[in-house]
Amino acid sequence: MQNIIHNINKAFDHRIRLGIMSVLMVNDSVDFNTLKELLGVTDGNLASHTKALEKVDFIKVEKQFIGRKPNTKYYATKLGKIEFKKHIDALEKLINTKK
Amino acid sequence: MSSKDYLKDISEIKNLMNKSSKFISLSGLSGILAGIYALIGAGFAYWLVQQSGRDYLILDGKVFRLILFDLLIVGALSIGTAIFFTTKKAKKNDEKIWDSLTKRLLINFLVPLVAGAIYIITILNQQKYGQTGALMLLFYGFALLNASKYTLGDIRYLGYTQIILGLLCAFYPGYGFWFWVIGFGFMHIIYGALMYFKYDKNN
Repeated sequence: MQNIIHNINKAFDHRIRLGIMSVLMVNDSVDFNTLKELLGVTDGNLASHTKALEKVDFIKVEKQFIGRKPNTKYYATKLGKIEFKKHIDALEKLINTKK
Repeated sequence: MSSKDYLKDISEIKNLMNKSSKFISLSGLSGILAGIYALIGAGFAYWLVQQSGRDYLILDGKVFRLILFDLLIVGALSIGTAIFFTTKKAKKNDEKIWDSLTKRLLINFLVPLVAGAIYIITILNQQKYGQTGALMLLFYGFALLNASKYTLGDIRYLGYTQIILGLLCAFYPGYGFWFWVIGFGFMHIIYGALMYFKYDKNN
């Protein structure tokens, strides 16, 4: 039991962060606006959560200009993907043990 | 958090993964209609060849041009119908018809298809007609298989089916017409109906 809880990652302990990672797991890269629409959150809200994930190196940010518009793209890092998988496995185990 | 919350988390993760990587608004109905157009078009082509007094197809100007025209109409009608019903369904699903996902889907579909079309036109110009049906089925199958990563899983099986029919058609070129009818006509109707009952009817 101790071990399972250890694998529940604090960085993912929020619906929106979990959502961001889920989307980035199955897409090479996703831009800010697409992410915003998929998750149905505000700009500020999304920005703060992406920053938190960026800080722990789970996602990578790439800023560029398309014409004159700034465009921010997000990628999941290798570390982020591994941690996310661990987190999901831990969730599954938790559910199974509580049944 | 209770395990109920975790379960909800997991189902939401699954949902987001699907929604962000797969276009789910393909319409089964447009598949059925495309199959019907193909059957009507094939019927017309069959009648044309019969009228010409030969039971095989050669490239004497008029009949061949009419068949090519027939094929173009079938293609245009199918594409038009697909766009119409898919747009309608996407609106209902609250899915965007033109975003990075549908662009990816379309590019993956069109690259093998356009390459195949160019190849077929090239060898037709070199007076090699025997494999046309097989090549159409094969390249269409490749296009479907390639695009299936970004949409409903059933498309993958339709792709496999067309590839197998294309190969059979290559082995028995004399029956090319009938394999074409099965692939573009009946298979569209069957898979379209399957998808219609699986995804559309209950919603």
